[in-house]
Amino acid sequence: MTNMYPENFRYTKEHEWVRVEGDTGTVGITFHAQKELGDIVYVDLPKVGTMVEQGKPLGAVESVKAASDLYSPVSGEVVEVNETLATAPEKLNADPHGEAWLVKIRMTAPGETTHLLSAAEYQVYVEAE
Amino acid sequence: MLDTLGLARLEELYAHLPQDALLNRPLDLPAGKSEYEIADYFRARGAENGFFSGFSGGFASFLGAGVYFHYRPVLVDTVVSRGEFLTSYTPYQAEISQGTLTSIFEFQTMLCQLTGMDVANASMYDGSSATPEAALMARRITGRNRILVARSVHPEYREVLRTYTRYERIEVEEVDYDPESGAIDVNQLESKINEATAAVLIQSPNFFGIVENVRQAAEIAHAKGALLVFLFTEAVSLGLLEPPRDADIVAGELQSFAIPPSYGGPFAGVMASKEKFMRQLPGRLVGETTDSKGNRAFCLTLSAREQHIRREKATSNICTNQALIALMATVFMTVYGKAGLRELALQNLSKAHYLGAKLKRRFTGPYFNEFVAVTDDPEAVNRELEEEKIIGGLPLERFYPDLKGSVLLCCTEMSRREHMDRVAQGMAAQETDR
Amino acid sequence: MITKVRSHPSQNEPLLFEISSPGKQGYQLPELDVPALDPAEALGAANVRTEIEGFPEVSEVEAIRHFTRLSTWNYAIDLGLYPLGSCTMKYNPRINEQVARTEGLSWIHPYQADSLSQGAMEILATLEQALLEITGMDAVTLQPAAGAHGELTGMLLVRAMLEAQGNPRRTVIVPDSAHGTNPATVRMAGYEVANIVSNDHGMLDTAALERMVNRDTAALMLTNPNTVGLFEVHIREIARILHAHGAQLYMDGANMNALAGIARPGDFGADVMHLNLHKTFSTPHGGGGPGSGPVAVKRHLEPFLPKPRLTRDKARDRDRDGDRWRWNYDRPQSIGRVRAFYGNFGVLVRALAYIQAHGGDGLKRATLDALLNANYLRKLLEPHYQIAYAAPSMHECVFSDSRQAALGVSTGAIAKRLIDYGFHPYTVNFPLIVHGALMIEPTETESKRELDLFAEALIAIAREVEQEPELVLGAPYSTRTSRVDEAAAARKPVLKWSGVMRSA
Repeated sequence: MTNMYPENFRYTKEHEWVRVEGDTGTVGITFHAQKELGDIVYVDLPKVGTMVEQGKPLGAVESVKAASDLYSPVSGEVVEVNETLATAPEKLNADPHGEAWLVKIRMTAPGETTHLLSAAEYQVYVEAE
Repeated sequence: MLDTLGLARLEELYAHLPQDALLNRPLDLPAGKSEYEIADYFRARGAENGFFSGFSGGFASFLGAGVYFHYRPVLVDTVVSRGEFLTSYTPYQAEISQGTLTSIFEFQTMLCQLTGMDVANASMYDGSSATPEAALMARRITGRNRILVARSVHPEYREVLRTYTRYERIEVEEVDYDPESGAIDVNQLESKINEATAAVLIQSPNFFGIVENVRQAAEIAHAKGALLVFLFTEAVSLGLLEPPRDADIVAGELQSFAIPPSYGGPFAGVMASKEKFMRQLPGRLVGETTDSKGNRAFCLTLSAREQHIRREKATSNICTNQALIALMATVFMTVYGKAGLRELALQNLSKAHYLGAKLKRRFTGPYFNEFVAVTDDPEAVNRELEEEKIIGGLPLERFYPDLKGSVLLCCTEMSRREHMDRVAQGMAAQETDR
Repeated sequence: MITKVRSHPSQNEPLLFEISSPGKQGYQLPELDVPALDPAEALGAANVRTEIEGFPEVSEVEAIRHFTRLSTWNYAIDLGLYPLGSCTMKYNPRINEQVARTEGLSWIHPYQADSLSQGAMEILATLEQALLEITGMDAVTLQPAAGAHGELTGMLLVRAMLEAQGNPRRTVIVPDSAHGTNPATVRMAGYEVANIVSNDHGMLDTAALERMVNRDTAALMLTNPNTVGLFEVHIREIARILHAHGAQLYMDGANMNALAGIARPGDFGADVMHLNLHKTFSTPHGGGGPGSGPVAVKRHLEPFLPKPRLTRDKARDRDRDGDRWRWNYDRPQSIGRVRAFYGNFGVLVRALAYIQAHGGDGLKRATLDALLNANYLRKLLEPHYQIAYAAPSMHECVFSDSRQAALGVSTGAIAKRLIDYGFHPYTVNFPLIVHGALMIEPTETESKRELDLFAEALIAIAREVEQEPELVLGAPYSTRTSRVDEAAAARKPVLKWSGVMRSA
């Protein structure tokens, strides 16, 4: 059974992922998260320049029947926000690991990703839920 | 049915409750009464009150102050008495609630048309609780903690504002009224507003009946990055007065729209705002959409703001709205329509100014259907008028100790010339120089 | 076989703005008996609007047809059972509607003199006494406009009392099975929510509570019976644990329909509670409101109640003898007002009429019938749906959709199929502690006949799930609208008419 969760991502127990390239972390929500939420209707994201901390609230995702807080997998400064989600939040259901990334963060503590789960560990975690 | 459950007595259904939690005696209440006795009880209680009948032979009344006597078109009760409206539930199941949802959508639309706002909700409990909700909304939007509220906003609305904001770490400060015009003291507003102010709350017509310069207040607020919250208690005024297009948030009371005064409730409040603040509005919202066959359909929407989903992160804890009462308002607005609402407002204006011209008024500002008159002893005047089955205006000393010898009078389309003349006579006998 | 409903053409009807035509009118005002004013002169031209753009203009016939047609698209209690758990959709007696419209009660102004309002105040005082007898509490306020409003009032009272003792404390404990208004209210009262998990039996775990409660705890907000319809049998122990730490027990009274006449929260340890008059006391839901949420308290919280309070005076006034009611504003420790005026008086009148019609015996009988109806349904449905907890149900029963979900059909789909059988759905997916909840509360209103039809319907659907699940998944088929696109409504909200219909 192939692992649908990309190997080069790290994962949180709150169902966010981060892809690290150099000192930039691209953040999103996982396939499991969007499935639980249902049809996503709105995403509330921070402005460019906001400072975030690992494990602290980053924003929120709303679906018709539920709302979920987003917690940042890494600490740093928000340098880019995916504006396309404002007009097309449904992308989060279609391509949560790719096109529907949420924010890019310039990381201030790259070492802290060791606290996060690997793809294999996350797969196990999700199956147990 | 007990047989199906294998039980002998109904009491066995709660036999599993701990003995020490049970009420082991009958309730000490009078025995159940027949329909006739109940009807008689309430008629007797009704007869013990002096009530505005609006019809020949009953009491006349000149009270306003947030609750108004307007004629209720017959169609209003005809519609809200239909069981499909009266006994239906919150429209969570869209397929079998399109009646309720459609009428709320119409309500939202008409409130936007009346107030000049882009979006309106499906009603709040009343104007007095919509007021703090508007202040909290402004705080959420701006991230600031100071609220400036005009002292000419309804005194009980300001009290409710204080109760709600006490533990929300919001500082509420009052801006006095100008003793000449009766409108907000603009100089004081300018000196008190700063970069920590989330919003300025202003009511128009204000508690004294004076029409405020909303544009000016909005300019002052916006210059400091604060929001302008427009409040109203007399919805009929919107039929004639320029709507508050410069406001960011509107909150008000719709009791004037065919909702019986009913000793203070139930009423229906409403909140409305500019489009960009839509997601911060508390309360229910009905949206237009389509169904699987491409037909237009309506449903509750943006629910993710509400308590049943967001729980502690909700925009408010509100669950019930005032759907049936809002429906009364919707039918009222439909019966009067575009031309009727204006004509109704014009009649109110004409009646009030007829009486206002005969009395010594306290303030010089423009007024709609309420004004403050000056007299030596308001209580004495009212006692005399009561003998002739006229309820006079509201002596203001209880709310504004600085306005001793002032009384707030309201005239509506239901006020009769003969009664207004009688009031003028009674107050003239007490006339005093300022 | 669907036996309860059959189709029938229902009228289409556009929006008011679409049938509007300039010059049409449905009103006629009397002639003015004073000179008509020029508004621009009287108010200043800048203050006068030109017109209300887009506002409808229709005739009286068009208006009555419009709203009548709309009404026929709604389900209602007058049409049939609403099995909504925790909503208590009982019959709305019509005598209540009539008495609320008594001229002397509907046309009185809250600011008219107390001497002209004695009848109204007598009604309020009588209702207060009745509610105290029913709840076993010491004092009550009728000001709050709804349940959630009552919750906020109750929590503000707790806070005020604790502050008067020197420390308001920080947290309020809320069960994970609680109604969403509870945690939302906690935050509005300036507290933090501490969640407590229910045990395997669907009830509050007293050992867990004991570990959780400390000097930082202001209160526990509890619904009893809880949201899975079970009476918290350890309620006295729960109260003891809280009181030992100086914390308060707030009881959410939404489920009073299971208790009236057989148990009183004041007797089993509640310090403060709210009632939902639009649930237990039959006032109409009206499509979502109005409600009324009186808050009843024990003596130690009485000084903090909202003002004014109704007081009886023995003072004489001019030539009137005897007792007189008046509004007392001299309440120095009061939390203030939670709304203008005195409460939803029109709703309070209806609730009193209901209590008078039943009397003490009648209220208890209604409760017993409510328990009977819920347990009867449970018995009929248990072979087909998974009951959530084994403990005896009170006035509502909660099932999980686990058996049906295993076959690919969830509680939401079953609920929609129920519409085809002629019923309003039960409460779907609440409380959250039950997977795929079906929460069913019939109330005492329903006859055996209606209940049998309801059980038959749900059993037939369970069979459909086994034999042709696709049929259930595509429901409802018989309604005017189906598969309303809620996602589109939320993604691109259209909240008012703009002259253009949105396309699919």
